Amino acid sequence: MAYSEKLLEHFKHPKNVGTLNKDDKNVGTGLVGAPECGDVMRLQIQVDDDGKIQDAKFKTFGCGSAIASSSLATEWLKGKSIDEALTIDNMAIVEELALPPVKIHCSVLAEDAIKGAIKDYQVKNGLEVTVTESAH
Amino acid sequence: MKQRLIYLDNNSTTPCDPRVVDAMVPFFYENHGNAASRNHPFGWKAEEAVDYAREQVANLINVDSKEIIFTSGATESDNLAIKGVFEMYKRKGNHIITLTTEHKAVLDTCKKIEKSGGEVTYLDVDREGRVNLKELEAAIKDTTILVSIMWANNETGTIQDMKAIGDICAKHGVLLMSDATQAVGKIPVDPKAVGIHLMAFTGHKMYGPKGVGALFVNRKNPRVKVTAQMDGGGHERGMRSGTLNVPGIVGFGKAAEICANEMQQDADRLSKLRDKLETTLMGAMEEVYINGSKEHRMPHVTNLSFKHVEGEGLMMTFNQNLAVSSGSACTSASLEPSYVLMALGLGDELAHSSIRFSLGRFTTEEEIDFTIEAMQKGVNHMRELSPIWEMYKEGIDIDSIEWSAH
Repeated sequence: MAYSEKLLEHFKHPKNVGTLNKDDKNVGTGLVGAPECGDVMRLQIQVDDDGKIQDAKFKTFGCGSAIASSSLATEWLKGKSIDEALTIDNMAIVEELALPPVKIHCSVLAEDAIKGAIKDYQVKNGLEVTVTESAH
Repeated sequence: MKQRLIYLDNNSTTPCDPRVVDAMVPFFYENHGNAASRNHPFGWKAEEAVDYAREQVANLINVDSKEIIFTSGATESDNLAIKGVFEMYKRKGNHIITLTTEHKAVLDTCKKIEKSGGEVTYLDVDREGRVNLKELEAAIKDTTILVSIMWANNETGTIQDMKAIGDICAKHGVLLMSDATQAVGKIPVDPKAVGIHLMAFTGHKMYGPKGVGALFVNRKNPRVKVTAQMDGGGHERGMRSGTLNVPGIVGFGKAAEICANEMQQDADRLSKLRDKLETTLMGAMEEVYINGSKEHRMPHVTNLSFKHVEGEGLMMTFNQNLAVSSGSACTSASLEPSYVLMALGLGDELAHSSIRFSLGRFTTEEEIDFTIEAMQKGVNHMRELSPIWEMYKEGIDIDSIEWSAH
């Protein structure tokens, strides 16, 4: 199975690897997957006072596609508003990275991680939760 | 720098030894005859070559050449042995005993047999991957006709106590079949000495060509028979019809001869390299575990789990330079990791973190040194990225987290 150049680049030189303080009020954390499934994704966003995603970080236990999907997701999140972030669809990740069919679940996991992080941020700040549960 | 490409996946298939290829070449064109053509020199030459190869293969496992049935490979041999015995010995009984850690060629054959009126007991193994002999003996009943236990496991290299298993089967008058695909040619294998009646193995795991294998069928005390699974010209004493793959068989024979001569030196050299790989990696990194038996193990195999790192992702850090395999299965079709490793009682996470290194005749020390370096780089890279490694480092109990299983 040959992977796309973009995927390999995100895998070899992942963007935004790291950890934000999950106790900060302006940080939202999404932790999805499970070790026994071979995928755990932790994606965090830091939101500024204007509601813009200032920073995003991730750490992922998983295959190359899972790591590339989360790296790409953090890149896309930065600079977006919460509403804009919620429009990120897993199929866009599939297309951008040319994920093979057996790896589509990695993109689903990334979308769920984004939603998880946003929900965590909204709950923490007493905001209305605008995240709809993923249909996957 | 020249791009290296290192092959440590010899349990999946071995390269063909150049001496084997040389032996095969004349049988494609010059001596292209059908070994069953009895009336002209082309056929005679082919038959002679097959007879010679049959001797070479029989010598390797210390049996009579008449007891070797050539097949297309170990999968066919497993099918022929198990289905063939089930059909031939129907009147005696319908019960078969095997292990949960067998190869799919055995397990799926047994499943098929269950659908056609057979009863199969799948025994668990211990932490090292070995069968509990008391449980095996207890599982034998009046209707048991066959025990099928692999000699050495493909994923972990764990070797079963075949002599003890053979003694139990002899005591109860039950036939013993062994899938010895991973053992033949690598360690001494003598089926008669341990009481095996049928044994499957193949050329391409012992530096021979793909597409040719064998089934040993015991001829005396007891004389074992199997019902043919393919109908046709009645080749191979009626047990396996089909024109013989003469060049393949010639290559298989040559490979067997080379193994008989060089097995010991290969094993000695490879176990040293394997131990170097294993001890260096375990010394240099935390949370590295050996899967399977350390004591009863093939000399060229090690299966290691690098905790908190997913195997398939890890392989991607070096798979342009290094070929190994993983018990992880991060695909949408099956999120299940290796059933063999799970049967050893490894948690899912360790099974997902496993890498199998299988060395071979052409592995060099320089390649092992490169592998050690590549593994360390890869594991460190993946651990930097791993949220569960971070949690482990912070002392968080990973089992206490409620994971959202996907």
